[in-house]
Amino acid sequence: MTPILSFSRLIASLKRISPRRGIEYCFTIIGFVITLSIILMAIFAPYIAPYDPTKRVGGLLEGPNSHFIMGTDSLGRDIFSRIIYGSRIVLRVTLLSIVISFFCGVPLGLIAGYVGGKLDSVLSLVMDAMYAFPGLILAIAIAAALGPSEITVSLAIAVIYIPTYFRMIRGHVLSLKESLFIEAARAIGARDRTIIFKYIFPNVILSIPIILSLNAADAVLTEAALSFLGLGPVTAPTPDWGMDLRMGHAYLAAKIWWPSTFPGLMIVLLTLGFSLLGEGISEILNPRLRR
Amino acid sequence: MGESILEVKGLKVYYYTREGVVRAVDNVDFFMEKGETVGLVGESGSGKSTLGFSILKLIPPPGKIVDGKIIFDGIDLTELDEKEMREIRGKRISMVFQDPMTSLNPLMKIGDHLVETIMTHEEVTREEAEERALALLRDVGIMPDRFHDYPHQFSGGMRQRVMIALALALNPDIVIADEPTSALDVIVQFQILDLMERLKKQYNVGMIFISHDISVVAEISDKIALMYAGQIVEYANAIPFFEEHLHPYAELLLQSVPNIELSDQKLKYIPGLPPDLLHPPSGCRFHPRCPYAESICKEKDPPLLEINTGHFVKCFRYK
Amino acid sequence: MTSLRIYVVRRILLAIPTILILLTIVFVVMRVAGDPVSAILGGHAPAEQIERIKEQLGLNKPLYVQYLEYLWQLFHGDLGRSMIWGRRPVLVEILEHFPATLELSISAFIVSIFIGIITGVHSARNYNKPTDHMLRLYGIVTYALFIPWIGLILQLIFGVYLGWLPTSGRIDTLMEPKHITGLYVLDSILTLNIPSLISAIRHLILPSITLGIYLSGIYTRLTRSNMLEILRKDFITAAKARGLPEDTIIYKHALKNAFIPILTMMGLQFALLLAGAVLTETTFSWPGMGTFLAERIFYRDYTTVQGTIVFFALLVVSVSLIIDILYAYIDPRIRY
Repeated sequence: MTPILSFSRLIASLKRISPRRGIEYCFTIIGFVITLSIILMAIFAPYIAPYDPTKRVGGLLEGPNSHFIMGTDSLGRDIFSRIIYGSRIVLRVTLLSIVISFFCGVPLGLIAGYVGGKLDSVLSLVMDAMYAFPGLILAIAIAAALGPSEITVSLAIAVIYIPTYFRMIRGHVLSLKESLFIEAARAIGARDRTIIFKYIFPNVILSIPIILSLNAADAVLTEAALSFLGLGPVTAPTPDWGMDLRMGHAYLAAKIWWPSTFPGLMIVLLTLGFSLLGEGISEILNPRLRR
Repeated sequence: MGESILEVKGLKVYYYTREGVVRAVDNVDFFMEKGETVGLVGESGSGKSTLGFSILKLIPPPGKIVDGKIIFDGIDLTELDEKEMREIRGKRISMVFQDPMTSLNPLMKIGDHLVETIMTHEEVTREEAEERALALLRDVGIMPDRFHDYPHQFSGGMRQRVMIALALALNPDIVIADEPTSALDVIVQFQILDLMERLKKQYNVGMIFISHDISVVAEISDKIALMYAGQIVEYANAIPFFEEHLHPYAELLLQSVPNIELSDQKLKYIPGLPPDLLHPPSGCRFHPRCPYAESICKEKDPPLLEINTGHFVKCFRYK
Repeated sequence: MTSLRIYVVRRILLAIPTILILLTIVFVVMRVAGDPVSAILGGHAPAEQIERIKEQLGLNKPLYVQYLEYLWQLFHGDLGRSMIWGRRPVLVEILEHFPATLELSISAFIVSIFIGIITGVHSARNYNKPTDHMLRLYGIVTYALFIPWIGLILQLIFGVYLGWLPTSGRIDTLMEPKHITGLYVLDSILTLNIPSLISAIRHLILPSITLGIYLSGIYTRLTRSNMLEILRKDFITAAKARGLPEDTIIYKHALKNAFIPILTMMGLQFALLLAGAVLTETTFSWPGMGTFLAERIFYRDYTTVQGTIVFFALLVVSVSLIIDILYAYIDPRIRY
């Protein structure tokens, strides 16, 4: 459980990942496959999608058939094509929000942990308060106040996760700060920046993939939720899973299930992909229950 | 010779770990008679606790009984299923554990531990069970007004008294005491030992007393079984064992016990390291540390032979 | 009891800066970072109208004055007035919708604890066996389930195709029980109004299961890991050595001990429960605070949105405060 890890230990622990831990491997592989397929789908959307997602190409609300494998929506657009293109916006927002929270949370955590004192207390109080706040509601507030756009929605989602990075990094820094080898590094005259990057970063890097993937899973869910509530990053006719789910939901009572079920399924799949990935990685890197 | 109550034959208990098979108990034979106390002695890691736990079939995974028989009162316990074992556990063979601080349910009253155990095994009303629980607590020296206290209100010694009361609750044939005094202060150790000795007679119960400390075992045991590296290397009545022990390990072990009466004596220790049970030495497992080791000791595993009546030893020096 | 009292006072004092920070965050987000005027009027509006809105909301004053006024009003329990429909006080409107959210949250919470504990116990009991793997997967999958999507599937199966249960609303029209607590199930029981009770429960089932399933995975995982830890303790081995039946050991000895950490986590899950309730309500047109919030966002009712969010913030802080204090009463060790 010691947090002290050097690069060699990091490599060693990566090597320790052996195929013997069967079920974690299964989870990780499934998660990886799902995530990768959806990313590839987003990149190659124009080559995969059979129709223009924003144009009317068939009858209104046609059920799944040989022309439209997932049917058409209320405006006669191909749902399959909309799903393929819809992956683009959710992945863009997810990526952008992760980048923002990472590059806000990590430096703040490093500074708070390393400098300590009043700055640390204040930052920690603010971060703890933000952490206690229901993430989705905070995001709703931000998106509603700033007016929805791709940037503001990403920002709204990013804010939720800044405290997570902050707390993790700060915790690592604090536990490492006083440990012996930092003392030793200081004794031989290493500069603060050297200390941070050379010693603290390698220790932290192990926890990063876990948080990243959980962050991604949460970001997907939040983006979908904001879109579902009408605060999404795009406006019609651009395809977006959460928004399409919302629009299709109106036809449910008429047993027209396809316009809402398929976009919803994609949200679940992508979130599941990221969660499985994070779950698998965390089990492999921190095998708490290993005997 | 009294009536045999427990007979262990060729018992093998292995742990299947990631690193390999640990032969914690490897081909152990021993027997005990009704009402007698066997002191099971050995270094930590010699397999003595595993042996104790395997009699109740409570070996934690990845441990397994691989081979052998445990015949208790004519029944082979290795053949019994979980349900049948539950009838034995607590009622006919019970156990006192090493660490009294962690062996009681922290959210359960002391008295309820006893009541629950009694009511599990016998068809009695709660009132009757409570009455018996109170009597048991009195026997182990706990005031009846502490019946409704929780474990965290008790000291280690008091908790061990509760554990003893629990072990005796159903008048079992055998109590397995796994290092019952090791986690306690010296003074409390003596109190607990005294208590156990007294109750052993009062309840006429057989006991397997497991300890790494041969001086503790000496006080309480009728017989001594000395374990080394998962095997019993010497087994004898207590007096002959201390007076004319035969195995080289017994010799070295007894020399290493500090003796207050001979104050000028230098403290001796046994050279070498305890064996690695993942890769036990060939032949006699003690040969790497044995001052009398010969070439045969490296090649062959000596059998456990009865040298004098009731005095068994596992060593090529005695044929 | 003194140590408990000290703990309670200290805990309350600690909540004050948290509340202040949260209120400040809401203020910064809504007034400083956001542009209230364009949020209300939406892009282009005549200058005269902008001025009127600014006047009405006090937006033409310096920022620090706005901030102090905002705090001052909140301190007096004033969340402002709605900008639409007769400008009713926001607090009154929130309190009208709060019982619906409370009712949904309570029943979803019960569903989630129920599912979570059963699955968690089973998972731990069959550690590393196929049952355990399946239930672990359940724990991960539920977390990934998008609430509107679970709701949609349930609506489709039990509402649309089977026609067993209603898919929207809280109760059939004109069936509302006499208002006592605002919780329809409870009010129906108190007034012995059986038809209302049946109608209220029928409406409650699908939303509670939707939100309950989403939250249950967390309890599955929590119960599993706590049970695994407890099952490895000495007192469990000791209980086995006394020949106690397996069910007694699992439920009476192990689960009871595992329950304390699970209880602590419940407090932390409250925020998630609230966020989930917003989505569940919207999916099922459940007339609670979530639906209310979504509706007012749509109408750009700026003050109501701000007020509702402040209310959510205060709710989260008070609930965690209450849970901490309750917890101190239950477990004497926490006070030190």
